[in-house]
Amino acid sequence: MSKSYFDETHCAIGHPKTKVMQWLLTIDHKRIGIMYAAVMFTFFFIAIATAMAMRIELFAPGAQIMDGDTFNQAFTLHGVIMVFLFIIPGIPAVFGNIVMPLMIGAKDVSFPRLNWFTFWLYILGCLIALSSLWTGNGFADTGWTFYAPYSLNTDTNVITTLVAAFVLGMASILTGLNFLVTIHRLRAPGMDFFKMPLFVWGIYATAWIQLLATPVVGITLILAILEKYFGIGIFDPAKGGDPVLFEHLFWIYSHPAVYLMILPAFGIMSEIIPVFSRREIFGYRTIALSSASIAGIGYLVWGHHLFTSGMSDIAKTIFSFLTFFVAIPTGIKFYDWIATMYKGKVILKTPMLWALGTIVTFAIGGLTGVTIAMVGADIHLQDTYYSVAHFHYAILGGVVFLFFAGLHYWFPVVTGRMYNETTAKVAFWLNFVGINLLWFPMFIAGYYGMPRRYFDYLPEFEIYHQISGIGAIVILAGLVLMFWNFLSSWNKGELSGTNPWEGTTLEWHLPTSPPPLENHTKVPYVDFNPYEYHHGEPVVKFDYETMKRID
Amino acid sequence: MSDHAYVPEIATTRDGVEHEVQGWQGDFYGGKLGFWLFMLTEVLMFGAMFMVLTYYFTLHHADYIEASAGLNRVLGGFNTVVLLISALTMGLGLLKMRSGDIKGAKLMIWATIFFAFLFLGVKAIEWSLEYQHGVFLGLDALQSGNAHSKPFGQILFFGMYFTMTGLHGFHIIIGIGLMLWLLKRINAGLVTPEHHILHWNIALYWDLVHLIWVFVFPYFYMIGADAGGYHIPDIGSLFGGHSNEH
Repeated sequence: MSKSYFDETHCAIGHPKTKVMQWLLTIDHKRIGIMYAAVMFTFFFIAIATAMAMRIELFAPGAQIMDGDTFNQAFTLHGVIMVFLFIIPGIPAVFGNIVMPLMIGAKDVSFPRLNWFTFWLYILGCLIALSSLWTGNGFADTGWTFYAPYSLNTDTNVITTLVAAFVLGMASILTGLNFLVTIHRLRAPGMDFFKMPLFVWGIYATAWIQLLATPVVGITLILAILEKYFGIGIFDPAKGGDPVLFEHLFWIYSHPAVYLMILPAFGIMSEIIPVFSRREIFGYRTIALSSASIAGIGYLVWGHHLFTSGMSDIAKTIFSFLTFFVAIPTGIKFYDWIATMYKGKVILKTPMLWALGTIVTFAIGGLTGVTIAMVGADIHLQDTYYSVAHFHYAILGGVVFLFFAGLHYWFPVVTGRMYNETTAKVAFWLNFVGINLLWFPMFIAGYYGMPRRYFDYLPEFEIYHQISGIGAIVILAGLVLMFWNFLSSWNKGELSGTNPWEGTTLEWHLPTSPPPLENHTKVPYVDFNPYEYHHGEPVVKFDYETMKRID
Repeated sequence: MSDHAYVPEIATTRDGVEHEVQGWQGDFYGGKLGFWLFMLTEVLMFGAMFMVLTYYFTLHHADYIEASAGLNRVLGGFNTVVLLISALTMGLGLLKMRSGDIKGAKLMIWATIFFAFLFLGVKAIEWSLEYQHGVFLGLDALQSGNAHSKPFGQILFFGMYFTMTGLHGFHIIIGIGLMLWLLKRINAGLVTPEHHILHWNIALYWDLVHLIWVFVFPYFYMIGADAGGYHIPDIGSLFGGHSNEH
């Protein structure tokens, strides 16, 4: 039995003997990715627990289990964890680390020790965020956006949370930087940019956003900290400052951050669709370039968060139109995916189910985004459950669903084993039914005027909240079942072999599964496109000893 | 792990043509690219602050000019020269390293560290003088609604002044730390004329730090130079003399 990356590793400092230290000090991109996943999904379930508490509170009008102040802290905690600790590091930190170097035939990322440092910077950020739960006057109650001037006036522990967000932002920048250099420098010989798998394109576009947008929010958070400590005045109306400036600076980052979440998810979709249709992807270049153009246009749309803040009509109109433009490259991707399946040999394994489910849920999330990008509609729907439903459909039904698709798809690469297919399919259907039960009623409630972030409501909204509550239970059951399936299959699942899906990209051409420490036996020369199928069979075949083509 | 003993792998095409594989080990251009990208994030951070500064400048034009007139152009100008000289010594050090003169390179790094401390010292004197004049974060002049309150535009100007020069000073301190670390690595034989990416990148960092200052200086100190608020630096008052009322 040959050794895998679970048996041996390179370390940042020295040559530790114990297993634990070998994991804590590892610079192996695959191990770091696994550690990110472990921490992130732990936080994911903490945030879900907070959300469940809010759903119980909202099951009937009036106070049930918490008061209004606690509710404010609950949705802030839910948002901060989900956004900063889970979904922003998200797919890049896990699959960008584990799979991207495998896909380009590299031994590791460009700066493996920086990668190790970045992981611990992320952990530091998590600890600072958690510490604010028990220190000072309790967790922040501002919402995850920390809007001035309230965040500057509240006496809850906002500063600690701001510091945490800054540290996590640093980690995000360094991850993006590492991936950019890796993709530019370490591609296998012969692999030009248009021979890269589309997931790598997604990571590449994302890395630019991480690098170019995060510093702006970083300095905004620092300015807010200085404002709170020293009163520098720039967000404080009492000194001539402008609180809306904070909102602008915040969204200059945080709107591109939405695309930072979705682009690698689209990358996963672009991997799964051709493999499970056994057909070359339709419109490779348009998918690759639409990732880049979403990243570019994404910078210019932040103003649509501020339509009700007294912005000039000209600015509103421009921001509104620019926002519509994002839908164009996104639509191109959707048509490309559907065209790939047309006349393909569609195989409905779990990763493909998740991908197809996402086409439905993300279409709802994306198109409702277009409606609230319209100024007139937005004035009515701003800060209602409509926008809550919109971004949960887009982020949970888009990013997280595709994240789950990726977890199923690459589970054999990471663990060498296969999950239980039947259980996985049941879990998918629970999630798919759950998300629609949970959030679709919110569109209607929001349309009729149910405001977001309220812990109480008028009796006529009760029915929507109760359907949502039932949906929440269904989706929770689905999530627990799915993760139970992963954990039990990791120990007891069937051995998967190196290429269970008949994939074509390089992460399916490893000598063993799970892969050895430094990945491919030898670096291959890449003179083929990423998704070459002929009559439903992969074209490119390798001898895994020499990594020479034998087809 | 020895980076220097790394031998690149060879990938062979089907026709037998050999291509050298770029590994992450000893990737000089990768190291440079990574650090340039990092510098880009610094530019964006300071860029956002300049944007805030400019936004309020359009709202409070006259206040800005008056506040700027109160800054000490002699000390600020002196510091600008100090930083430019330090950039020169840093660059010379890198040249010497690349030409194999390790001793000269170390001397130049020490000189840069000296100028960095000189800069910080002058900056400390400047801030102390401003504190004595009642202009500092947290003092009455920069709070709203009291007898000493300055107008909005001046509060905002000084708020950004202390923020940006403070963050710039923080970068100088980080730079001193980096240079001391570099000296340690040179002494340990880990930075050599053949393998000097660390020196290269720290020199790049230092260039960025003075480049930012080259923008900070005119924006804060020079826009009010014509407004007549010029006064002779009153260093004596820092050591117990009379403060210079103006």
